[in-house]
Amino acid sequence: MTDLRSAPIPPVGDSDHVRGPADGIEVIEYGDFECPFCAALSARLAARAALRHTFRHFPVRSSHPRAWAAACAAEAAALQGRFWEMHDSLFEDQARLEDPHLWRRARELGLDVERFDSDRRSEAVAARVREDFRGGVRAGVVTTPTVFVDGRMHAGRIDEGVL
Amino acid sequence: MPPEVSEGLLAPGSPAPEFTLRREDGSAFTRAELEGKTTVLVFYPFAFSPVCTDQLSLYQEILGEIEDRGATIYGVSCDANYSQRAFREQLGVTIQQLSDFEPKGEVCRAFGVYHPKGFPQRALVVIGPDAVVRWSYQAPSPSELPGANLIFDGLAAV
Repeated sequence: MTDLRSAPIPPVGDSDHVRGPADGIEVIEYGDFECPFCAALSARLAARAALRHTFRHFPVRSSHPRAWAAACAAEAAALQGRFWEMHDSLFEDQARLEDPHLWRRARELGLDVERFDSDRRSEAVAARVREDFRGGVRAGVVTTPTVFVDGRMHAGRIDEGVL
Repeated sequence: MPPEVSEGLLAPGSPAPEFTLRREDGSAFTRAELEGKTTVLVFYPFAFSPVCTDQLSLYQEILGEIEDRGATIYGVSCDANYSQRAFREQLGVTIQQLSDFEPKGEVCRAFGVYHPKGFPQRALVVIGPDAVVRWSYQAPSPSELPGANLIFDGLAAV
């Protein structure tokens, strides 16, 4: 078992969710779909064309009871090629994160809902979310949102200057 | 006599001092409880304060891995045991709480983590099964939350 000792932030790799131009400023975000500050940050990041945005999961269940389920829903959507669509859908309406809301979102995105529902409960999807979380813990992430811009960590409410 | 301000966090190699903290049910938790197992003490300033809330919620996520390493983690503050229990229950975490309420801050002083304004510094102390401090860390300010990674850095020193 690899433990959770301090380690540098994992480099952006093939399994990451990345959007924005390849030559954009690299922003790696650790976020939680039930975190209101993450939703606000998400809107700000989406409004900037010059960023290469990587999103990683950092759900903390006791603060946000549906954060883990929402993260798994986004990963299940990713298996059908629709991660960012689900990411945006979840952040646009954080008050609806119960199972029927997740199914409705999946339907609206045109996903195979049955497959989505079995994927989001799968061990593979849970492992994918856990991997993001553990990488964040080892890099010293303690709260959401946390962003790394050019390797520097910024936590909480992110100043305009950072972006 | 005014309370003494702590002289500094106990360093690795220091034997744990004699102390008595109170569990949530009011029973005593003493130095003898440290013997034979690894203990992580998480000193935090106040129950219900915003950063402490994030801190215990985060540590709860990796509680299983701390236990897998044979260690037991406790939250320590100067709040009364009833307040600590209400705090823990409201957060929905299971990390056991220890109270340094009376005489206020006595144990925090003994570990060198008592803030001059009357609350524990935000600090982590890892104690080996021989009741000797193996690793310790104090956040640069009470508003800074020590990452859960630091707990594992500390456990690696046992």
